[in-house]
Amino acid sequence: MSTPVVQVQDLCRNYRDVLALDHVSLSLEQDKIYGLLGRNVAGKTTLMSIMTAQGFASSGSVRVFGEAPYENEKVLSRICFIRESQKYPDDFKPMHAFRAAAIFYKNWDNELALRLAKDFQLPMKRRIKKLSRGQLSAVGVIIGLASRAELTFFDEPYLGLDAVARQLFYDRLLADYAEFPRTIVLSSHLIDEVANLLEHIIIIDQGRIIVDDDAENIRGQAVNVAGTATRVDAFTAGRTILHREQLGALQSVTLDGALSAAERREAHELGLEIGPVSLQQFVIRKTLDVGLSPDDLEQDAQGSDSKTRTGVAR
Amino acid sequence: MIDDTRPIFLQIAEMVENDIVDGVLAEEAQVPSTNEFAAFHRINPATAAKGVNRLVDDGILYKKRGIGMFVATGARAVLVARRREDFYEQFVRPLASEARKLGIDHGQLAAMLARESDAGLENTSHESAGLEGAGTGWKAGAL
Repeated sequence: MSTPVVQVQDLCRNYRDVLALDHVSLSLEQDKIYGLLGRNVAGKTTLMSIMTAQGFASSGSVRVFGEAPYENEKVLSRICFIRESQKYPDDFKPMHAFRAAAIFYKNWDNELALRLAKDFQLPMKRRIKKLSRGQLSAVGVIIGLASRAELTFFDEPYLGLDAVARQLFYDRLLADYAEFPRTIVLSSHLIDEVANLLEHIIIIDQGRIIVDDDAENIRGQAVNVAGTATRVDAFTAGRTILHREQLGALQSVTLDGALSAAERREAHELGLEIGPVSLQQFVIRKTLDVGLSPDDLEQDAQGSDSKTRTGVAR
Repeated sequence: MIDDTRPIFLQIAEMVENDIVDGVLAEEAQVPSTNEFAAFHRINPATAAKGVNRLVDDGILYKKRGIGMFVATGARAVLVARRREDFYEQFVRPLASEARKLGIDHGQLAAMLARESDAGLENTSHESAGLEGAGTGWKAGAL
């Protein structure tokens, strides 16, 4: 195995009395697509900022391509970080942003950029300030793809993009990655949309890494068991329960850990239904914390999963 | 279609196996590349490669350097034999369990199977030369 592209060791970041990153250690291997998942303010952007030398750690170490990234031109020219709220100079048009990127990134593919601009119907000569939210996101997505940087971060790159444009992004990302493999870190709340693209999953919660595993290992790691409450209780006794929902005499339980073939048969013979848990459900179950105040829960703008929060966790 | 029940690489491997068993992919036919699988199913290319490599390890597919991947001669027979072994666990057991639950007795179940397999054999006998004996085999043995 080659040396990791990124090595993070015991990283902490404090904002006054808040510990945004709490002793984080991880490594990113070459040419994999990573999913960096977690709730808002979990620490995802802070972590990516530090890995790209756009933010400072309070303690701990970061090595990128084997070197310290800070003010290290050799390292930084190989990294592309597409922020959700990327700022551009006031009078910049997309064509200016692309030209600037072309100077900075040695692998820049201008033809790809122009083709993508057409695909995303991006007005090249309109000021970026005047672009819609979706068009602004498209500028970032195009730079992220056309830069072909060896290490590329996309931090929630999809804001304002409609379903068609997001699909276009995922398809172009896969196609270009297949042709030019590189290390990609994708941070997203639309987990179901990106789940199948990811090779490795990192879940961060309240500044700590709680899952760091191959996507294929996580798939099938949790199962839903549903049926008569008493039978579900009997079957799930002694196992780690991530989530429980009850409707009259019926109960649905999310279990941590896969079931063996014998256990599946046993469940079937008890008349219990066994269902899969999607990566998105898995992340929700893992990061849903009843200790948070209602205000904290409100802050999460991606409200699609809000109803599950009322359930009892752990 | 890819679902959430099992690892994706297993699902990819099974899809290729199904195509071989059904005859969609003939022996010595070329299999799509991992990147083609990835693009078509919208999955990570490494995951697709893992599924395909599993079949290579099993001797179902083989690689021709610089050209691509092909279905091995004899692959279909190997897959059919393996699936027959799984047949009892995967199909007969749940069938019998559901029949018990509904109070369908042994005779009724056997009659239903006979009816279904006669109808099925009429439709498929001419195209599944490799499967002859399968119908009678499980009717007599498994139940």
